[in-house]
Amino acid sequence: MNPAWSVVLLTTLIGAGQGLYLALFAAQAPAPLMRIGIVLSLALLAAGLAASFFHLGRPERAWRSAAKWRTSWLSREVIALPLFMALAAAYGWTQDPAVGWAGVAACLALFVCTGMIYACLPFLQEWRTPLTVVNFILLGCASGLTLAAALAAWLHPELARASAIAALVVGALAYLGRLASLARNARLRPKSTLATAIGVKHPKITQIAQGAMGGSFNTREFFHGRPREVVRAARWTCLALVFPVPALLLLAGQPLVAFLAQYVGLLAERWYFFAEAKHPQNLYYQAIA
Amino acid sequence: MSKQLALVIDLNVCVGCHACVTSCKEWNTQGAAGPLTDQNAYGADPTGTFFNRVQTFEVGEFPNTETVHFPKSCLHCEDPPCVPVCPTGASYKRAEDGIVLVDYDKCIGCKYCSWACPYGAREVDGEQKVMKKCTLCVDRIYDAKLPEAERKPACVLACPTSARLFGDIHDPESEASRAIREQGGYALMPEWGTHPANHYLPRRKTGKRLHADELERHDNPLKVDGRLPRPSPDAPALDDVTSW
Repeated sequence: MNPAWSVVLLTTLIGAGQGLYLALFAAQAPAPLMRIGIVLSLALLAAGLAASFFHLGRPERAWRSAAKWRTSWLSREVIALPLFMALAAAYGWTQDPAVGWAGVAACLALFVCTGMIYACLPFLQEWRTPLTVVNFILLGCASGLTLAAALAAWLHPELARASAIAALVVGALAYLGRLASLARNARLRPKSTLATAIGVKHPKITQIAQGAMGGSFNTREFFHGRPREVVRAARWTCLALVFPVPALLLLAGQPLVAFLAQYVGLLAERWYFFAEAKHPQNLYYQAIA
Repeated sequence: MSKQLALVIDLNVCVGCHACVTSCKEWNTQGAAGPLTDQNAYGADPTGTFFNRVQTFEVGEFPNTETVHFPKSCLHCEDPPCVPVCPTGASYKRAEDGIVLVDYDKCIGCKYCSWACPYGAREVDGEQKVMKKCTLCVDRIYDAKLPEAERKPACVLACPTSARLFGDIHDPESEASRAIREQGGYALMPEWGTHPANHYLPRRKTGKRLHADELERHDNPLKVDGRLPRPSPDAPALDDVTSW
């Protein structure tokens, strides 16, 4: 797949916003930290929402996308995101635990919706695993907790140590989850081959022409077209910055730098998540002419 | 049982002339589904929206190779994975004839349905920014103003070798059903359980067995083939120049 920056930003920004909300709620943070934290969480969610509009060909019709929540995880996400934002804002305003718990439920629902958008597609075998949903939750919580640690160090130093420890633990879990999915995907065998794609039972089939000389939507949307070095660099950036570097920075008492490094790592992680997924339609687009 | 309209494409007959591609584009760029826009049409990298493309594959290793021309369009799956994922309901499968369509006025261009299609049958229009795909020429197959014989998709009418059959594959007596049944029709990527309605007929070896009695004119009562009298060398030739 060709990673779309709008979706990379959407999923990483709202993940951090959701994680931050969960961290604040779990810590029952005192007023100034809670207020500023909720505002920051809402800002991240709003930025993610704004980024998502750039993915649409017809953003002015975005309101229609809430219609098919019975069948479409994308539609469910479109409902869950503003619902969670509203509940998070309400909790920040009222500090009512009932509202807070409702916010937690909406937050988890949003995580599941976002993950299931990718995990529900049977054709993209790299995404078709519960690990996709688990990793969206863990990685979002990890970045939110690191951000919470940075906020606590600034506004409420008594909580700094606890939140840094939580960020380390959840970060390690998220890292393990991501390593597990990388290991799983490395062993995947594609279900479709050229033989099933065109229905000719022969082990050696080569494409001669794909029916267009200048490319098409199919070549632009499903191929990232980057050299192998770029993909490898994204993978190593992800592996280094999602947990090891932020962990060292947290231990060194630099939670804000840790969060920034981790966010860059998550951008690389999400980019690689898309780039590594091989769509079976690519079998039909192997050679131009 | 409900109707399921579909194409049956005979790979044994397709010569890869792209007539179905051009007639599809011509009909649909000006019909209800149009326009199918092009970008940079006369430049170095022309690109555009098509419902139907003909691809070419080489099967085997030189010198034992075979060229397969492979027309590819939406397969109008009986269980289309692209439909339930659509967040707006713009993608839908018609109950009355099984055609999978996109409502261009509802589509938000999120491209999620194209991710959910293993065949790459959907393309975003570069100008209108909505998802487009084969409609089986829904705006002409029911057009009562057209003569009965022309109420078929444009690609089917254009095919010079009749490699494309059109019909209801739920009707066992239709031409399409019979071709699938009798000529080994198959579906693409059956491993995903999408149950494509469009089928393909395989390449076949066509041969002819000659029997001895076919080599001579058995309807010639005198059996005198090959024993016609030769004209004499000085007999007049047809052109009065050469001689026998």
